[in-house]
Amino acid sequence: MANEPVNTASLSGGEFLTFTLGSEEYGIDILKVQEIRGYDAVTTIANTPKFIKGVINLRGIIVPIVDMRIKFNLGNVTYDPQTVVIILNLASRVVGVVVDGVSDVIALSADQVKAAPQFGATLDTKYIVGLGTINERMLILIDIEKLMNSSEMELVDRIAS
Amino acid sequence: MSVDLSQFFQVFFEEAAEHLASMESLLLELDVSNPAMEDLNAIFRAAHSIKGGAGTFGFTDMIALTHELETLLDKLRNQEIHLTDTMLDVFLQAKDAISMQLAAHRGEGDADQEVIGDVCTRLKQLYMEVPPDTGRQSMASSSAARQDPEQEHDDYGFFDPLPESFPSSEGEDYGFFETIQPPRAIDEQEAYGFFISASSAEQQKHEVPDPGYGFFADDSHHHSSQDHGQGYGFFEPAAGLAKSPQVADGSEKVAAKHVQQRNTVKPGTSSNEQSSIRVSIEKVDQLINLVGELVITQAMLAQSAAYLDPSAYERIESGLNQLERNTRDIQESIMSVRMLPMSFVFSRFPRVVRDLAGKLSKQVELKTFGESTELDKALIERLADPMTHLIRNSLDHGIETPERRIAAGKSEQGTITLNAYHQGGNIVIEVEDDGGGLNRNKILAKARERGLAVNDNMSDEAVWMLIFEAGFSTAEAVTDVSGRGVGMDVVKRNIAEMGGRVELSSVEGYGTRTTIRLPLTLAILDGLSILVGGQIFILPLASIVESLQVTDEELKSVSGDGRLLRVRGEYLPMVMLHEVFSIENAITDPKLGIAVFLESGGKKTALLVDELLGQHQVVIKSLESNFRKVHGMSGATIMGDGTVALILDVAALSAETELLAQAA
Repeated sequence: MANEPVNTASLSGGEFLTFTLGSEEYGIDILKVQEIRGYDAVTTIANTPKFIKGVINLRGIIVPIVDMRIKFNLGNVTYDPQTVVIILNLASRVVGVVVDGVSDVIALSADQVKAAPQFGATLDTKYIVGLGTINERMLILIDIEKLMNSSEMELVDRIAS
Repeated sequence: MSVDLSQFFQVFFEEAAEHLASMESLLLELDVSNPAMEDLNAIFRAAHSIKGGAGTFGFTDMIALTHELETLLDKLRNQEIHLTDTMLDVFLQAKDAISMQLAAHRGEGDADQEVIGDVCTRLKQLYMEVPPDTGRQSMASSSAARQDPEQEHDDYGFFDPLPESFPSSEGEDYGFFETIQPPRAIDEQEAYGFFISASSAEQQKHEVPDPGYGFFADDSHHHSSQDHGQGYGFFEPAAGLAKSPQVADGSEKVAAKHVQQRNTVKPGTSSNEQSSIRVSIEKVDQLINLVGELVITQAMLAQSAAYLDPSAYERIESGLNQLERNTRDIQESIMSVRMLPMSFVFSRFPRVVRDLAGKLSKQVELKTFGESTELDKALIERLADPMTHLIRNSLDHGIETPERRIAAGKSEQGTITLNAYHQGGNIVIEVEDDGGGLNRNKILAKARERGLAVNDNMSDEAVWMLIFEAGFSTAEAVTDVSGRGVGMDVVKRNIAEMGGRVELSSVEGYGTRTTIRLPLTLAILDGLSILVGGQIFILPLASIVESLQVTDEELKSVSGDGRLLRVRGEYLPMVMLHEVFSIENAITDPKLGIAVFLESGGKKTALLVDELLGQHQVVIKSLESNFRKVHGMSGATIMGDGTVALILDVAALSAETELLAQAA
């Protein structure tokens, strides 16, 4: 894993937006984040997995909303004024993800990022670029672009289907 | 001129393409026996402008070819030789060759040197067959082309055919030069807008006494130091860039002379060249998107203001009304920017017809109507291929040979008619020929041969639709024109992709008419909003036939669960929208909801919904741009209150009934 150029680049540290899902803390590359907003009513789409909440109108763009809490079975799935949606601007698309809460933006130096060991988890380790350490806190740094474009998120057309 | 020329390349490419297009259309309109002097001049000007531009940018191969073209044209318009059909053919070939060179310079494909060489030779042959008094000049240019080092001075004569070719009118020429100095400078700027010409115009004035050689004289030392084996060496890119001022001046001067000559024929032809500007399509699309936003915002405001007390907020209300009017106006004007007249497609067909008719030795006249009918640019571009197919078909299969036509009591010359007009919210395009028409029995026989389910009682329409099946061809022999049976199915698919449909009508012995119906634009849809279980969906209005409340008598069932509606003697399968989309809290009893009859691809389906809300013009937004294709949806739109509503894909919904049928 660590040999892949993408991961080495991320392993060298940088600025991460951290958010929580249940008791776990995650970090994503800040440059992928377009904005953070409250949870609005979504238009549900039939015959899609439960974690795809539907689509919203983001200033004229139709943006799909994914609930990470449902996808990874974490936290309480409730929607209230405090529910936060992170709008991600990935290379080819704009996607919103629902998380429990956004903490802050943390700068991590290269030696604060450790490679993630292989282990069984709902979140496949191939989407984890590393584990960040700040004092006693552990940040799970995820390659959000890869995760969102993966077939398991069902946000992209399945090839040859 | 220390400007980086490469920034003008694009301008040159576009201009040259335009010149070529106008050249082609003029050539096709030329009356061979009695060509209009004005047209010949216009063709000459087009060729010349390309040559001038090519010279500026150092595209030597284009100069060589356009030069030959120009020489011949020049003789024609001086009436030294007479126009023949052969010449017309060669001119068209030359036009194609120049297009090819242009494409090569753009970096799209390679120019076939063999073809270009061939065209050059043919052009030369044509003007060599002329009286001896102009022989010296043709010698000069041909030797220039042959790149003979000893003919150095004739090499410089590269641009000199002009003054030399009117030996009799030379004095006159110079006379104009003196007298209409000011208008010339202006004209020249209009015609060659991208040259920096204020000073060069000045310069030219001084150089007038020696128009042919003067500006190249400076060049001689460069030239001698260069490889004479490459006769046009002084246009070599490397040297060409450094010397571009001279080269530019050169072409400019020749151009100036021409503008001037043109002025003597048609004063002020270039006066309306400034009436349009080039705008990139992205900018227009962005504007359309923004206006879409504006429409949504306006609807949102109107909706929120609906709750206000009109008497207390009178001014807000009148303001909002004004806003609505203005928004609608803006939307209409912006949409019209994207609209192009049908002539953009039609204009390419005279050539297609001419070439093909020649190849098939048929006599065909092409008539076009409704060229000014406007259609969305995106559709226009995608229309060209299917229409070319249809026209080729008409020519090859439809129109008979002159002998057969006479035998059938028709005039020798066949006619293909293109017609475009608006009908309702659609644009209708017809391709009609007065040829042999379709042969019902032949098609049926062929269909049986291919194992298609047909019978003799099929309606004519149904029989004609068979030719849209993939691989279907009744042509006995496969030619390079058609007969392989690919084509009509592609036509049908292309048109269907654009949201349109194709119809065919034919009478044997009298001709065939293909009718294409297309929506006016892809960006906006007339829709009916419906409610199912609290969710709003949009149905394209064009596919709705009617809607009614179902009664017990009309509702039939097959084997318990297959639902059918019997309406006016017709049985329609019923699709429950809430079942397809697993929507809860929807009305499940057909008698309490409303059945909307949809038609798609000739099939009718009844769709059960809770409620009809109203009719809207909706801006279509793609679901795929940030998400993926969702089965049963063709897109999404934003409603007045800012929420997203999904647009239903009627074709997919009717297919749903088939899926159910297969599953059962």
